[in-house]
Amino acid sequence: MTDLQHVADARETSGDATPPPDERRRRAARRDESPAGRYGPGFLVKLALMAVIDAFGVYVVWSAWVAESWVILGAMVAMLAVANWVYFSRRTVPMKYVLPGLVFLFTFQIFTIAYTGWVAFTNYGDGHNSTKDDAITALLAQNERRVEGSPSLPLTVVTDGDDLGFAVVRPDGTTAVGDADDALAPVEATVTDGQVTAVDGWEVLGRQEILERQGEVTDLRVPVSDDPNDGSVRTQDARTGYTFKPTLVYDEAADTMTDTVTGTVYAPNDDGQFEAADGTTLQVGWRVFVGFDNFTTAFSDSRYAGPFFQVVVWTFVFAFASVATTFLLGMFLATVFNAPIRGRKLYRTLLILPYAIPGFVAPLLWSGLLNRSFGFVNQVLLGGAAIPWLTDPWLAKFSIIAVNLWLGFPYMFLICTGALQSLPTDVMEAAKIDGAGRLRTWRSVTMPLLLVSTTPLLISSFAFNFNNFALIYMLTGGGPRFDDASVPLGHTDILITMVYSVAGLDGSAPKNFGLASALSIVIFVIIATISAIAFKRTRSLEEIN
Amino acid sequence: MRRSILLASALVTTLALSACGGTDDAGEAAEGNTEESAAEDTAADGGALTVWVDETRQAAVEAAAEDFEAETGAEVELVLKPFEDIRADFIAQVPTGEGPDVTVGAHDWLGELITNGVVAPVELGDKAAEFEEVAVQAFTADEQVYGLPYAIENIALIRNTELADSAPATWDDAIAAGKDAGTKFPFLIQSDGENGDPYTYYPFQTSFGAPVFEQNADGSYSPELAMGGENGEAYAQWLADQGEAGNLTIDTTYDIAVEAFANGESPFIVGGPWMLEQFSDLDLAIDPVPAPGDEPAQPFVGVQGFYVSAKSENALLANDFLVNYLSTEEAQTALFEAGGRPPALTAAADAASSDPIVGGFREVGADAVPMPSIPEMGSVWAFWGVTEAGIISGKAEPAEAWNKMISDIEGALDS
Repeated sequence: MTDLQHVADARETSGDATPPPDERRRRAARRDESPAGRYGPGFLVKLALMAVIDAFGVYVVWSAWVAESWVILGAMVAMLAVANWVYFSRRTVPMKYVLPGLVFLFTFQIFTIAYTGWVAFTNYGDGHNSTKDDAITALLAQNERRVEGSPSLPLTVVTDGDDLGFAVVRPDGTTAVGDADDALAPVEATVTDGQVTAVDGWEVLGRQEILERQGEVTDLRVPVSDDPNDGSVRTQDARTGYTFKPTLVYDEAADTMTDTVTGTVYAPNDDGQFEAADGTTLQVGWRVFVGFDNFTTAFSDSRYAGPFFQVVVWTFVFAFASVATTFLLGMFLATVFNAPIRGRKLYRTLLILPYAIPGFVAPLLWSGLLNRSFGFVNQVLLGGAAIPWLTDPWLAKFSIIAVNLWLGFPYMFLICTGALQSLPTDVMEAAKIDGAGRLRTWRSVTMPLLLVSTTPLLISSFAFNFNNFALIYMLTGGGPRFDDASVPLGHTDILITMVYSVAGLDGSAPKNFGLASALSIVIFVIIATISAIAFKRTRSLEEIN
Repeated sequence: MRRSILLASALVTTLALSACGGTDDAGEAAEGNTEESAAEDTAADGGALTVWVDETRQAAVEAAAEDFEAETGAEVELVLKPFEDIRADFIAQVPTGEGPDVTVGAHDWLGELITNGVVAPVELGDKAAEFEEVAVQAFTADEQVYGLPYAIENIALIRNTELADSAPATWDDAIAAGKDAGTKFPFLIQSDGENGDPYTYYPFQTSFGAPVFEQNADGSYSPELAMGGENGEAYAQWLADQGEAGNLTIDTTYDIAVEAFANGESPFIVGGPWMLEQFSDLDLAIDPVPAPGDEPAQPFVGVQGFYVSAKSENALLANDFLVNYLSTEEAQTALFEAGGRPPALTAAADAASSDPIVGGFREVGADAVPMPSIPEMGSVWAFWGVTEAGIISGKAEPAEAWNKMISDIEGALDS
């Protein structure tokens, strides 16, 4: 297409250079010559697609503007500009292929990693869920109390042109009206069905108008009298008003909260909470940066010291054993079925079946099959034995590796089959001519060649199993618990399930996303280091080729 | 080439602008604050309310919403979510401004919702007196009500009247009656394997005088563990004895227990109204849970209700919907019929109690205690069930394990 466009361009330039004999014919001529190069069906499709993408992008930008999320807005504008430039410029052919991938990489990988990194340095979690403004609003709302024994007042929202006011019917039948500045004062008003329907000097607002200004209505406080201690009337539904009094007051200038009952003054502290002089804090806090606190608390809680070591050891054992068992079985079966056997295709299909079952469902299924008293394995296969497959520390570890073997060998089987079939036959023949036996050929030729192509996959499999959360969580839930530990961790917990529990994501403690992020980063560093070293070592294998 | 870019960008801009214009209208209409869009879009006249519901409650809330829409001209948008996702999603999304105006929820979320500042108080006013006392109590924290209750649920002893003709007065009576019936299990109670099920076992524990937390005079809980000491040890010892005798086992999971009872393999099962669907062809009676200790066996009461988001832009509409439309006898009865749990509104509950099964659960619930909603409860669950299961299965020494559990929970609460 680019070539065609160049030709078209060249023609256009030459056409421009020659003086036009007839304006009309020239235009017609251009219309004739251009479709192939510029406005062909391909271009129109591209135009339509870009229009859809741009429309979507502008929608996102607009939404981000409304939600005031400037980062998303900026990123989206940049992405749109780049996309339009890439697809409407002719100098960016390679980018046209790479850009979609890059966009997804940024949104799904880089952004997630950056966000995790950011959260790791904050105290985001239960009690520190939002911004300081939100916390102040929530605290004030939670601490505005209805004055004890105050009546409920049938209420009508009225306006004197600009400002809103409330007209209420008092329990004795008298009516009163007031607004934010003027306390409720007796007034003559028409009352229908116990509700004020008309009042002199004020206009009664209809339901529609109230809803249009509902923020103002719910924020309005009409003092009951000139004494602020009597409280003020507010309404939540614009039908009934109640007398409320705040028990907590925010002083914007000093940035402090004051309890009106006890007089205690709470000032913001470094942890994102309002704290009194005696150390008590108000329950709603906000997110603040806490530096490396999350990384240090993760390793300073003495309750975790013992179990942590056991968990780390088991994580390595589990990840290594998973890769080793699945690879050995997969490779063995691949070698066996690489030889021509009757019904080979059927066997191969059957062997891949476990791979087709979702990784979330299979462990659940197995946890049922391995139940001590009612599981299929004990009841039917073992004739009613009561083997604690999932509840004995050692058997549970064994079961986990066995179930992962069942889940994981088809993958290894597939890649080994593929690798075996692509081995060069000439090397095999050479080995044969040199007089090497089958075993010797396999050990010295097949195996090293196989490892060259599968080692990167083994490394990624190790990284995957290191973080195989779904298997552990669904099969044993980390259990059986450590008897000697004071934290809810068990013999089959791996690092990532430990993080889930430590950070309270399982509900066993207040949620702490900051801590969870910090620990995930630590795990990432461990895996990245191991993978980097392993990849470096595999270069020596490649030299065989 | 330059012209092609110009043309393309012109086209794109037009398209984008029209798309932008379209969304613009929709957005403003949703807020209901521009005259123009309000005139264009009649549905948005009274504003729009977003409500999160789960599947069981969807139809009933829809019915209440229809009345509300007809009377106020507001639009109610129901968003269907799995019940177990709502709590975390609500806490995460409210601060972003993307959360709902109203959500359905359970009362024991309250502590967490308050510390995260995502829930707004709801003034029930004089309506509060029309609800069952325990229901409003459950949604109260620090003298402030935070939601509109609609259903009360608690467990009780479900009895198969063909296998046992009278309610057992004590635990020993129940076991004796169960053995007389000659069924596979004398008594069924669920346990989630090694994780135990302290919720279902709780009435046994309270009968030994070992409630989980100290209860204040107004029914709320203070974060002081109360299940330690002699009473707790006595309960632990009882668990061990019954486990050894084979009366209690941790292997009967919910599914296994319910299926066994439905097959007539036991005269008794401890459970809630959510099980009844599977027992439709049995003749049932609802009795109080038989007490093994000297004090009454009080189960936990769970109350379900509706919360208003602290950042709702439609707070007025939301409160109007809850306090004036979902609190009617009609709406509460509809919710009862959808979910099968006794209504929280006394008038609706009275009507629903004409059914002896519903009435039976309600009677047991009258003596029950609300499940603690303080955030500290999370740390308790983590150790409680596993310890109980360990004691029942004979893996752990009862008193020792129980006391270790108490100190572990205290350690978790202090950290």
